[in-house]
Amino acid sequence: MHGEGRKGNLALFSNLWAEGLAASMATAPRVAIIGVGRTPARGRTGDLSYRELIYDAAVRAYADAGIAHTEVDVFVSCAEDMIEGTSICDEYTPDQLGAVMKPVHTITGDGILGLATGVMQIQSGVAEICAVEARSKASNVLTLPAIHQYALDPVWERHIDAHPLFLAGLEMQYLLSREGPTDRDCAEVVVNNRRHGLRNPWAPYGANLTLDEVLASPPVADPLKALEVAPYSDGAAVIVLASESRTAHTPHAPVWVRGTGWASDSPTVATRDWDTPRAAQLAARMALDESGVALDTLDVIEVDDTYAYKQLQHLDAVGLGSSHGAVNRSGGALSLGNLLEASGAYRVCELVDQLRGRAEGRQVLDARRGLALSWRGLPTTSYACCILEAA
Amino acid sequence: MRDVAVIGAGMTKFVRRAQETPKELAFHAARMALDSCGLDIKDIDCVIHGTAPDAFDGMHMKGEYLLDGSGGFGKPYLRCYVGGGTGVFAPICAWYHLASGKFDTALVVCEEKMSSCQPHPQAAFISIFDHTTERPLLPNLLWIFALEQQRYMARYGLTVRDIAPVSVKNKRNALDHPCAQLGADLTVDDILASPLVAWPVHRLMVSPTSDGAAAVVMAAEPKAQRISDQPVWMQGVGWCLASSYWTNRDLYYPAYVEQAAWMAYKMAGVTEPRKQINIAEPYDPFAYKELHHLEGLQLAPKGKAPELLAQGVFNRDGDLPACPSGGLLGVGNPIAAAGMMKICELFWQMRGEAGKRQVPGTPERGVAQAWGDLMQVGTVTVMGTKKPHG
Repeated sequence: MHGEGRKGNLALFSNLWAEGLAASMATAPRVAIIGVGRTPARGRTGDLSYRELIYDAAVRAYADAGIAHTEVDVFVSCAEDMIEGTSICDEYTPDQLGAVMKPVHTITGDGILGLATGVMQIQSGVAEICAVEARSKASNVLTLPAIHQYALDPVWERHIDAHPLFLAGLEMQYLLSREGPTDRDCAEVVVNNRRHGLRNPWAPYGANLTLDEVLASPPVADPLKALEVAPYSDGAAVIVLASESRTAHTPHAPVWVRGTGWASDSPTVATRDWDTPRAAQLAARMALDESGVALDTLDVIEVDDTYAYKQLQHLDAVGLGSSHGAVNRSGGALSLGNLLEASGAYRVCELVDQLRGRAEGRQVLDARRGLALSWRGLPTTSYACCILEAA
Repeated sequence: MRDVAVIGAGMTKFVRRAQETPKELAFHAARMALDSCGLDIKDIDCVIHGTAPDAFDGMHMKGEYLLDGSGGFGKPYLRCYVGGGTGVFAPICAWYHLASGKFDTALVVCEEKMSSCQPHPQAAFISIFDHTTERPLLPNLLWIFALEQQRYMARYGLTVRDIAPVSVKNKRNALDHPCAQLGADLTVDDILASPLVAWPVHRLMVSPTSDGAAAVVMAAEPKAQRISDQPVWMQGVGWCLASSYWTNRDLYYPAYVEQAAWMAYKMAGVTEPRKQINIAEPYDPFAYKELHHLEGLQLAPKGKAPELLAQGVFNRDGDLPACPSGGLLGVGNPIAAAGMMKICELFWQMRGEAGKRQVPGTPERGVAQAWGDLMQVGTVTVMGTKKPHG
């Protein structure tokens, strides 16, 4: 009963978007990614401050786009106070981005949501070029599990006083208890992704593992195993977006943003949908509807795999079944690491490399269209999705 | 670019210690805003939330925590922030959600519950400063704003007595606001007799810490006119962030507010702000800030705002009413909600619904502004009864 009610809601939402978007987006100006820059993801970056990481990514992105920082009209930054260890941490965004005395604002969201924010600003006419920044300096945070605890409801949930990974363990247990992926399927995600990671120069955790090695790794929140959890990484990424009129003279062919979508389910653990990540479905459908791109024409797919089972759950939610085609050729978070708010921005960078045909050893042949999906991690139900297309 | 309007507004009472949880405060404001325009949450395409530091509530990912109270459940939901400037930025964020053509309706909710932070939220502000160069000095906001007020006074030869009437005006205006925390009938002498918290700032020249929430419903054309027969249009928006290195800037003048204001005025077709703006809600967390910001907003020549204040220009019945709501000094300062309160005030004033606070001759165009971070960000919204693109 409960489940049916929810599916009813989903249908309602998708109708709303399908009608509303079809009507309004027909004339929406096209927006492209004209440049990307990221630092190599690393477990520790003791020699660089987060501001230096951002500077590095920004310099690479502006060079990639063939622009000077002065040509950027608006900036978006993706960050959370408690991760940064700074309250109202948007204070410290402008200088290293070349954004001083410009319109800059911060969102507490994944880099893909930042991308969507930039697209809307360009479509609204307030800007022609927008730079979106996201970073992770996870190695600076001494007490990440404790901070994640602070995201649980202070009255109802926080007093459980368990390592936040227990939520992932519960969810994986529930997934395995139903007809669907098995323990081995989840472990296989690790084997595949980390093998792909070996061909990705940006990824620090590429490895040749066997299924048995993954299955034999110690449980961290049973049945979730140590090797099924993406370790944290440091890194910064900057994406440069431009209106169509500003794509004529860029060094690389533009990569078009065909659709974006985002959604959240209930923040409360007790009242969310544990059957399917409903918000992932909503976000993906919103992006797909806007893009008009059919699922079976997607060549490259980068979906959240913070925990190995999540990749299977997310592919299912998007409607891609257990497709193991060109999924997470970057090696995913299991190889790049958990880059916090920058996770989605790194997925976008990967798609741009693929769609430009510059992904070298991990290149998917003739990649034309790609989808990226990000999740904000425990204990949230927040998702963002984008559909990109080669020029 | 599509035209976008505010079509509904609501706010909770601003109080010292609310009984409600942050989620409940957000819910009350959201419910009132929806009710005011006869909409329900199912009519809303996207939700934008504004709230300032997570440290007050001791919540990590406070935006996620507040999302169901704000109606974001099962919807595209986004939390934006620019410190103290958030309250006026959140509707700007909603503006581009709608102006882009992606959505038709948006609910914008701003909430802050500062009282959870014990013994005093001022302590949380230590974490806004640079971890290496500033935190070891144990600064707080009162000190740095005292520095800025001192610089403003020194530059123009002003005294504290020139600035104190802002508190008198705003607290008196707040007596007419049903949601106000600190409405009072005081004299300049009362203000100057209040304890000195950090020279030259007296206690009654500082806004209080507050709990509260405020919300608006926004819609793009043509839906805005279909839902509401009195939409108040977003005619221009602007925002600007200066360098993090605030010690390297001359604090006498908020150049970033000027930049944000011109961005908004240009969009709104305003070329002579002093003639074309009928009503202003400048950000007034401290008494001097209202004057500082009126200058940044080009509504007073540099250094002349105190003189115009003394002439009564900024009174509710003056030429250019400033903070007719009672402002942060009178209504209260639950950070992001306080900025949003200013948007609500312009909405009510321009619809002639401000009750005892209504300024004479229903205004056609107003400006709301907020400020924040390390004396660093300006957010500006120009609202009016006329649809900007005809």
